[in-house]
Amino acid sequence: MLVELQNISKTFGRVRANQDISLKFEGGHIYAILGENGAGKSTLMKIMSGYQSADRGQIVVDGQALDLKAPTDAIAHGIGMLYQDPLDFPPFTILENFIAGRPGGIFPDRAAARQQLAAITERFGFGLDPNRYVDTLTIGERQQLEIVRLLSLNVRVLVLDEPTTGISAEQKTILFNVLKALARDDRMAIILVSHKLEDVIELCDLAYVLRRGRFVGEKTVPCPISELVALMFGKVVERQNRPNVMCGDSVLTVEAVRIAAQRLTVENVSLRVCSSEVIGLAGLDGSGQGEFIRACAGLFPPQSGTIKLNGRSMTRASYHDFSQAGVAFLPAGRMEEGLIKGMTLTEHFALTQRSPRPWINWFEARQITAERIKNFNVKGRPGSPIQTLSGGNQQRFALSLLRQNLKVLLLEHPTRGLDVESANTIWEQLLKRREQGTAIIFISAELDEIVSYSDRILVFFGGRATMVDDPAEMTADRLGELIGGRE
Amino acid sequence: MFSGLESTLRGIIRSAAPIVIAGQGELITERAGVINLALDGTIMLSAMTAHVVARETGSLPQAILAAMLVGAAVVFVVVVSSIGLRLNQVAVGFVLTVLCADLAIFLGKPHFNRPGTEIPTMPIPLLEDIPFFGPVLFRHNLLIYFSLILTLLVWFYIYRTRPGLTLRSIGEQPEAAFVRGTPVNPLRYAYALLGGALVGLAGATYSLSVKLGWKEDLSGEGWIALAIVIFGLWVPSRVALGAYLIVGLRSIAIDLQDSDVIDLPAQIVNMLPWFLMILTLLFATSGALEKVVRFTPDRFKPAVRRFLRAAPPRALGTTFEKH
Ligand SMILES: Nc1ncnc2c1ncn2[C@@H]1O[C@H](COP(=O)(O)OP(=O)(O)O)[C@@H](O)[C@H]1O
Ligand SMILES: [Mg+2]
Repeated sequence: MLVELQNISKTFGRVRANQDISLKFEGGHIYAILGENGAGKSTLMKIMSGYQSADRGQIVVDGQALDLKAPTDAIAHGIGMLYQDPLDFPPFTILENFIAGRPGGIFPDRAAARQQLAAITERFGFGLDPNRYVDTLTIGERQQLEIVRLLSLNVRVLVLDEPTTGISAEQKTILFNVLKALARDDRMAIILVSHKLEDVIELCDLAYVLRRGRFVGEKTVPCPISELVALMFGKVVERQNRPNVMCGDSVLTVEAVRIAAQRLTVENVSLRVCSSEVIGLAGLDGSGQGEFIRACAGLFPPQSGTIKLNGRSMTRASYHDFSQAGVAFLPAGRMEEGLIKGMTLTEHFALTQRSPRPWINWFEARQITAERIKNFNVKGRPGSPIQTLSGGNQQRFALSLLRQNLKVLLLEHPTRGLDVESANTIWEQLLKRREQGTAIIFISAELDEIVSYSDRILVFFGGRATMVDDPAEMTADRLGELIGGRE
Repeated sequence: MFSGLESTLRGIIRSAAPIVIAGQGELITERAGVINLALDGTIMLSAMTAHVVARETGSLPQAILAAMLVGAAVVFVVVVSSIGLRLNQVAVGFVLTVLCADLAIFLGKPHFNRPGTEIPTMPIPLLEDIPFFGPVLFRHNLLIYFSLILTLLVWFYIYRTRPGLTLRSIGEQPEAAFVRGTPVNPLRYAYALLGGALVGLAGATYSLSVKLGWKEDLSGEGWIALAIVIFGLWVPSRVALGAYLIVGLRSIAIDLQDSDVIDLPAQIVNMLPWFLMILTLLFATSGALEKVVRFTPDRFKPAVRRFLRAAPPRALGTTFEKH
């Protein structure tokens, strides 16, 4: 069986989730769709499995173009998908979940379904008791149930979207063995969607890499990990020269901090940042850099170690204390955590103003907002609701709301989802603040952004943070190795 | 003719009939993921409609049909405005219930307190002669019989048949149902309308059988049915039990008041059933009953668990659209 995706494109509003992607999948192989969060992996696979429709492009199975209106159409053509969030019915029993959506008459043939379920679960050694309720199962067992269900519908292509998130190591071993058996013995095509390099290396034959909605290359696995990283994060471009700002006094001092992130604990991170310094945080998603930057903002308490601002200990201080001391944080989720959907620019501005008076001087607020809009090059009017602005304009406006003369500015993916033009204007503003003495710490998934703007780079991998003192001397391969965890 | 206990139980089965029918109707609607909050007004409007149509045409089937159409029409407005126009179901339902109640009072004015048409009693041969059970269960009219078997029908449908499984799935996880090839929104329309028609039938049961004729004091019954669906945690047997319990407690409270055993203001006595209901709910949802499950034979475990451990349909009140 040969499945081809041809020139698939899909946009959500202004977001180009998939741009002109063409890929091929053949039976008997295990493929990886690799890319950072937001690269467009899930969207592409949902299109292939009929859950979403593409704006352009087509899906061709064995030379025949398909018109997929719903996931059942894809299943009829042998393409089944395990979604990132399990799509099952928790209050139902395993048997009911197995029966739901299967063809049949008014009265389901429970005995036959039970037999079919048992046949498949026995083959793979899944311990699924048909009478158990799904809400008592682990995520791994729910995955097993869904795999069994799809196999019973005779799928020939099995897509799994980030299946290793939230399951135990043993369950992962079981899962990988099953997938290998399906590819080897049943000649099925298995597609693993993942942003975890170790899973891809362990399981797959061929990795297709997506970045910012585009297909950027393929690698036969096994291959040097740095080559995959280079594809995922992009090539390192020549570092531009920029005015060298003298490092001032040290503003933020982190000493021997230990941070319990979701999947791992990062030990012994130390960092001394002086004013006007830019520190880039690199690493695969979930390596602890997100928790680290939140710890520096007072939003995530470290397990041990000290954090000092201007020599004052802030180890147990709250977000409010940090912001009083001149620290600001812009999270990655602009519309979720940063800005308020439905409120206009003026209202956002009014919210940030402290005033002893209980009422708002709207005239003045509008005037100052208009001024900021001009100074920060935001395309929008004071009365525009924030969600009607494009991503770049939202980000510039969010920056304009931060007060001047900050000591430390923390940014998570400051230019994610923005075009090159917008990204450049954002950095113009950030560098302006840097000239005024603000220290900047930012997380990015773009290596060239990290290398061109950082004075130093802190790379997170496998529970450790490694400092790179001179990014200008850094090669892409070396950085890729650090991020991918190969010394 | 009947002994005291017989007539009390018989009365409870009669007066609980509309609440059971409306409750099971609302259960079907909500299991599909739609909240019809307009129950109270719908019951008034359909009761008035049945009464008037029965008087004008003299045809009971037509009266019942008209009442069911009214119920379906009200819920149709709720579904169109939520699935079609993306309005909030709770807000629409709330406005509709007030609107329907006022409409019922306005349109029913000329027919107020006129003698109503009653559905003839149809004793079931042989069964009616069984001592005690005969008079309690088998000397009613068709609508009351229907209320008695409806719970069983609904239970059988949603737990034993494939369409029933699908019905539960669209109210629980419409995305997952969609992935399995279910036409989510058309089915939501269908089940909401079916549930609405049953609510209309409940209205007809009032005016043609339980509280003959058209009076405005029907207001409140719909809210009781709505509350019972929630207290019953969307399980047919619990909803039926809740309906019989509340009506039973209400009739006992009235008897007590009449007999001067307790000397309390009428309002306080009317509150007692609710108070007891909350206590029952506390007991039912406390861990105490979980222990029962452990001592049940394996064969009955799913049914017992279903009765004791239920949760609201997770997608209740939300809308579903394909991306
Ligand atoms: N239903 C949706 N509506 C709007 N934007 C979406 C939707 N689904 C995905 N996106 C956007 O499309 C981009 C790609 O998302 P996704 O395919 O989920 O990435 P990945 O799976 O690689 O993490 C992201 O920027 C995401 O915010
Ligand atoms: Mg994804």
